Amino acid sequence: MARPLTLLGLVIVSVFLLMAVFGPLIAPYPFDAIIRGAARLPPSPEHLFGTDRLGRDVFSRVLWGAREIIAIPGIATALAVGFGTIIGLATGYLGGWLDEIVSRLMDSLLAIPALLLALALLGAIGSSPVGIIIVIVLLYVPIVARVIRSATLNLRSSGYIEAARLRGEPLMYILFREILPGVLPALAVESALRFSYAIFLTSSLGFLGLGVQPPTPDWGRMVSEGRESYATTPWALWFPAGAIALLVIGVNLLADGLRRILRYEGAA
Amino acid sequence: MVRYLARRALLLAVTLLIASVIIFALTRLLPGDVARLILGREASEMALANFRQEFGLDQPAPQQYVNWLVGFLAGDWGRSFTGTKAPVQPLVVGRLGNSMRLALMTLVISVPLSVGLGIIAALRENTWVDAAVSLLSLAVVGLPEFVTGLVLINGLALGVRALGLPATSTVPDGTLADWVRQLILPALTATLVLVGYISRLTRAGVLEELRKPYVRTAVLKGLPTRTVIFKHVLRNALLPTITVTALSFGWLIGGLVVIENVYNYPGMGALLVEAVKQRNLFVIQAIVMVTVFFFALANLAADLLYALLNPRIRLE
Repeated sequence: MARPLTLLGLVIVSVFLLMAVFGPLIAPYPFDAIIRGAARLPPSPEHLFGTDRLGRDVFSRVLWGAREIIAIPGIATALAVGFGTIIGLATGYLGGWLDEIVSRLMDSLLAIPALLLALALLGAIGSSPVGIIIVIVLLYVPIVARVIRSATLNLRSSGYIEAARLRGEPLMYILFREILPGVLPALAVESALRFSYAIFLTSSLGFLGLGVQPPTPDWGRMVSEGRESYATTPWALWFPAGAIALLVIGVNLLADGLRRILRYEGAA
Repeated sequence: MVRYLARRALLLAVTLLIASVIIFALTRLLPGDVARLILGREASEMALANFRQEFGLDQPAPQQYVNWLVGFLAGDWGRSFTGTKAPVQPLVVGRLGNSMRLALMTLVISVPLSVGLGIIAALRENTWVDAAVSLLSLAVVGLPEFVTGLVLINGLALGVRALGLPATSTVPDGTLADWVRQLILPALTATLVLVGYISRLTRAGVLEELRKPYVRTAVLKGLPTRTVIFKHVLRNALLPTITVTALSFGWLIGGLVVIENVYNYPGMGALLVEAVKQRNLFVIQAIVMVTVFFFALANLAADLLYALLNPRIRLE
């Protein structure tokens, strides 16, 4: 049951990654090209996904948009996982007052529901790709740190860690050479989950009109625009919405598969 | 018990205080001149200075925080930066009521549905029914609310139109029929988000109970399956579900942001998005505080209810 679905997830995610890299090369039109006399055309061989109410090729816009929806959550997830891992390893291994202070701080950040915190932050810094990345990193560092911290706590009293300490290995060596490999399963599953939530969040912000600003095509914003002209151009809504749905399902299947393969049950 | 309550109330206050510092710090210390953003590029220095003075933005940040906190506790939540510069408190409280209606409707639909699905999945463990329920929840849970919401409005357009359901929801008037009519679609959308989560937990809870010795005893002494399930297993297995439900109510109050926008429902979440676009700081702060309060309160309610229903737990 798990294997074919995991494979399916892998295939879906790979296709979208290829799309993010090569999409703009194979896109038949520039994302902001308004084709004369071609507004509101239904899907056809010429315009695979039809054209929107302004006469822009929806297929091209979806292809171009793949870059944003993968790059922004991808960069944000990588940064959040990086910082979160360092904080989690350090607090979990060292313990003491550092752990106490950092953990309290993280807990209070987690007391504010994620989307709300994201919106409040965007209200303050304004929405730009960098702004969205900063917001996602701030939201996910505490979560990643908590997961890695508890994984570290489990390893802390193991014999081989004890041995490294008694050998007089430097702190950095113990953290990154001894503990880090042990928490890798947790890290892998957590990264996949965070990536999925980050895509979810980025596209939701786009839908709310707080994502990447036009004319850059943003799938969430395209859905929101497609909704306004749904009566005449339903395809302008369904293709970007379908792309988001497929990408999120793919990443989730992959995350679930990773969890089964690595036998890691820590996070739900 | 009284002691426990007092301690939890104190903890709630501390959580709120920390959240207020965080939200204040994040909205004020980050770069960007609010007065300039609100009034526009052409605004004169004079107008900017007046604006800052009017809203106390010219004072040092710690002073601003103290002023805001004291006012907030006294029921003065500041004024809106835009429009008629109306007081924030009645605005947010009104919208909160609307969001609560929607959250309530969501729970009425989602809790029986997801608990039922969870129980069925557990009783049919490892059959296709179980697999279908988990696959469904896995697929649906991950989808952004605006995608599921739009599928509900537009994808099922024929059915929806036939039922005469509106694509945009307004606050229901008093009658039950109007509650259902206005809120069924947004509530169903929110249900799709919750159902996977609650049903998965219910399934795990039931499975855990089924493996316990008392269940085997009940089966072996010849009780009918129905009695074993309803009288013995569910009583124990559903306890964690209560906690989850209470928590999801807290989550729903804030989590409806996207859904309210899909259905143009005048709730607190829709107000928040508007406020963020206008950088209406006092409105943003008030909404975040209200949400954190409900989230924490739901947490407390969950713990109390759990203890009340489970005689094995005594609160100290």
